[in-house]
Amino acid sequence: MGVGIEVTNLNAWYGTNHTLQDITLNIPANHATALIGPSGCGKSTFVRCLNRMHETNPIARVTGTVRIGDMDIYSDAAPVEIRRRVGMVFQRPNPFPTMSIYDNVAAGLKLNGYKNKRSLDEIVERSLKNSALWDEVKDDLKSKSGASLSGGQQQRLCIARALAVDPEVLLMDEPASALDPVSTSKIEDLIFQLKSQYTIVIVTHNMQQAARVAEKTGFFLNGRMVEFDSTHKIFTNPSDKRTEDYITGRFG
Amino acid sequence: MATSASSFRSKYRAATDHVVTGLAILATVLVVVPLVAIFVYLLLKGASSLNLDFFIKNPVPEGESGGGMANAIVGSGVLLGIASLIGIPIGIGAGIYLAEYGRGTKLANAVRFTADVLNGVPSIVMGLAAYSLIVIPQHHFSAFSGGVALGIMMIPTVARTTEEMLLMVPNMIREAALGLGLSNWRSVLSITVKTASPGIITGCMLAFARVAGETAPLIFTALGNAFWSVNPNREIEALPLQIWVYATGPYEDQHRLAWAGALVLIVLIVLAVSLVRYVTSRGVLKGAS
Repeated sequence: MGVGIEVTNLNAWYGTNHTLQDITLNIPANHATALIGPSGCGKSTFVRCLNRMHETNPIARVTGTVRIGDMDIYSDAAPVEIRRRVGMVFQRPNPFPTMSIYDNVAAGLKLNGYKNKRSLDEIVERSLKNSALWDEVKDDLKSKSGASLSGGQQQRLCIARALAVDPEVLLMDEPASALDPVSTSKIEDLIFQLKSQYTIVIVTHNMQQAARVAEKTGFFLNGRMVEFDSTHKIFTNPSDKRTEDYITGRFG
Repeated sequence: MATSASSFRSKYRAATDHVVTGLAILATVLVVVPLVAIFVYLLLKGASSLNLDFFIKNPVPEGESGGGMANAIVGSGVLLGIASLIGIPIGIGAGIYLAEYGRGTKLANAVRFTADVLNGVPSIVMGLAAYSLIVIPQHHFSAFSGGVALGIMMIPTVARTTEEMLLMVPNMIREAALGLGLSNWRSVLSITVKTASPGIITGCMLAFARVAGETAPLIFTALGNAFWSVNPNREIEALPLQIWVYATGPYEDQHRLAWAGALVLIVLIVLAVSLVRYVTSRGVLKGAS
């Protein structure tokens, strides 16, 4: 089951560049939340702070608190543990190129020392079914490399790989921006199904996508969160002038 | 509609294309010709002296005819085994440090610079180094000291190719691994190094093939041995050493054996490299990049 995320006074820097300023918001459990805004507004940095990927860059720094479920991720646990509870799907599909489809999905468990073969098989199958890829790959699970799939299939493989570790939250950083429209709509259908089991945070450049998949939407601009509300409200009756300008296409 | 100017341009483009293609083909031929020429020459000169005795007999005293290089073939194997055990793990370890941990640090820059300098050190100096570090304290020559000299020579090639190959692994692969909750070392070993492994293996093979033909580092270390020996603590024969001794000797019989030895050395290197390539490529999957 998904858990809620409470972010309080989150600030992030790259070197001296203050990329996120005083972000406070509550992301509801088992819903999809979209983050929109022009390039460089900090929305990707924000999701990378939710699984402590931001700090893998040596010049990066974070302050503030992020509670995911009952855990304060910046004081209660190691990054490795948090990333098992908070899965991530990246902008460009990034399957492990030397691994089979099966091994890609099983990687998170296998490489963390999980050994039970039979239940591994079940987890791989369930994850691939949950990512709507099973029927397309079930005959080549161990014979084909993850890199041999099409871009859209690769991205669903990456989703399966993230789901296999059984996270509570799924972060998606522009998961469909490198894909064609058909693959994009498959990913969107998937998000729709997955939110019953996971809390989903999706960064997107595509406002129609946000409107289609998310119940809540946050609008970021220049490192600040301008507005956070129900998606319907953001797109029909935003309270902030800048939000309105952005969604009506006046900039960005 | 083609005007005269544009048709001239398109002819010019086509001509340039032909010239550049021709130059590329010429360069390829220039690369292949010496290699083929050496191999053919070795075949002509050496193949006639090859027989079963060459592979199963030890050398006979000077002036006598017959005998073989069994001890040198096995000795080269022992030396290269010791060299690989030293050069490959240290080289790969250093390469991993340079690419994955030390990126941009002063230590990494110093290590990279040292490796490049080490790569340019004449091989006889490596022999002298092993001589003063191992042979002098031990008061005797040994296969071990020869293996160390060759192993040290392998390190810079292995380290730098490992580094280059790891740097070619896209960062998004590392992020994918970390994003799954893998620890850093696990991600480096099981994901990044594994992804780069075909290139790393090529680097190891290059280093291996290079030192397999080295004579100079062995003169003060392995020394050579007219008798059968596989003891790492004793003097040992090696193909390049034996070829050098025979080729510079006065006897026609020895010259012929030297040619045969050179042919065998090349063939063995090609076989070893092909075998490693075959073994390591068996697990590669359809569509893996």
